[in-house]
Amino acid sequence: MSETLAKTPLHALHLELGARMVPFAGYDMPVQYPLGVMKEHLHTREKAGLFDVSHMGQLLLRGPDAAAALETLVPVDILDLPVGMQRYALFTDEQGGILDDLMVANTGDALFLVVNAACKDADLAHLRRHIGERCEIVSLFDSRALLALQGPAAASVLARLAPEVAKMTFMQFAAVRLLGVDCYVSRSGYTGEDGFEISVPVEHAETLARSLLAEPEVEPIGLGARDSLRLEAGLCLYGHDMSERTTPAEASLLWAVSKVRRTDGARAGGFPGAERLFAQQRDGVASKRVGLLPQERTPVREGAEIVDAGGQVVGSVSSGGFGPSLGAPVAMGYLKAEHAALDSEVWALVRGKRVPMKVAKTPFVPQRYYRG
Amino acid sequence: MSELRFTEDHEWLRVEADGSITVGITAYAQDALGDVVYVQLPDLQRYEKGSDASTVESVKAASSVYMPLTGEVIAINEGLNDSPERVNEDPLGEGWFFRFIPADTNELATLLDQDAYDRLLKATADA
Repeated sequence: MSETLAKTPLHALHLELGARMVPFAGYDMPVQYPLGVMKEHLHTREKAGLFDVSHMGQLLLRGPDAAAALETLVPVDILDLPVGMQRYALFTDEQGGILDDLMVANTGDALFLVVNAACKDADLAHLRRHIGERCEIVSLFDSRALLALQGPAAASVLARLAPEVAKMTFMQFAAVRLLGVDCYVSRSGYTGEDGFEISVPVEHAETLARSLLAEPEVEPIGLGARDSLRLEAGLCLYGHDMSERTTPAEASLLWAVSKVRRTDGARAGGFPGAERLFAQQRDGVASKRVGLLPQERTPVREGAEIVDAGGQVVGSVSSGGFGPSLGAPVAMGYLKAEHAALDSEVWALVRGKRVPMKVAKTPFVPQRYYRG
Repeated sequence: MSELRFTEDHEWLRVEADGSITVGITAYAQDALGDVVYVQLPDLQRYEKGSDASTVESVKAASSVYMPLTGEVIAINEGLNDSPERVNEDPLGEGWFFRFIPADTNELATLLDQDAYDRLLKATADA
């Protein structure tokens, strides 16, 4: 089976480091290293972890009309995205469903996009179909690797290679030379910690990864801990916590819809599914995504049904597991609106037993982004 | 200590002096599962061979622990409720799951002995 899986430029390094490999989004990826998921998770929150996220899709949009064109596909302010800044965005469909979530950065002469691995081919086709005439779309899928360096020591570690990164703040983006190689660096990530994502040409990825791993604070971290870290941080996983079956309103992602694109904004609408999204903002949604804290030690996992006191099904869990930093299980799920208020009590069905859960604020652990 | 028997699902069994059988998961199994964060122990009741008696939850996933032989569960390792990590730290000792009285003691002989289990592990590693 592994012959049919794609490999990232760091594949050999993962094997050398003793990683346990699993298929993920068509790639043979490290789920954990010998340290194990729990220690990898805790190490990232305590010092710094290096993640290979080269399976994700990187793209450039070039041309004077690129920002306006991209705005037709996302409910986000791209025209006024400053040079050197990155913004979270969502591709929506005509029903307002979420086709993917992505990061968009303004490099100064292009828009730099990072999309999910499982969606990247569809995203590229989507971009070409809808805005291929209006801007140049450059796939970097095979030419760039993506590393994430996350944790409280990330800034001091990366500053040893490039002192200027220490001054960057959360969601800033810059072209940075690392070990003599032109990279893109954003101060962002998927763990709730301070950190960076580094786009590096594939031929230099392993050298950069080895150099970062040689720093005493840094351990390699697999997809297992990446998932528990993002879940504790209350961050959505595409295809699980949101999908084409959920809108930004249902997915509790309205914060990602820029003010100027909202119903009373200067550039209201103009993205797929705007009418439906605006109607939901006006009328409310039938069900929405919430954070959930199981009140027992049992992890409550994706797919578990959620019932009310009377046993009626009122939702389901979209992501769930154990939060190593919290020392307790954590989950997210969709609940009917009447049960979605903070502190509402509901029950998950786990192997035929009812596990009490409380609707809770996310993130479950404090985010520690560097805001200067 | 009496000799261990094993299932192909990587559970170990040990006959105690009173004739009951203690069950746990092997070092290989705990390593494959990763950090154990919760163990749902069986009820004190009869289970049929192969039925879901217990569930072990790692950070990554939930896995079933099957009843290795038909029998009556008479004791569970309550220590795992507060310290599930014992399954990782001491799988053949403090990390035991439960004890049961087998319906038919002779059935024990149908399970793998240490040599056979070691061969299974080797075959798994070579696969």
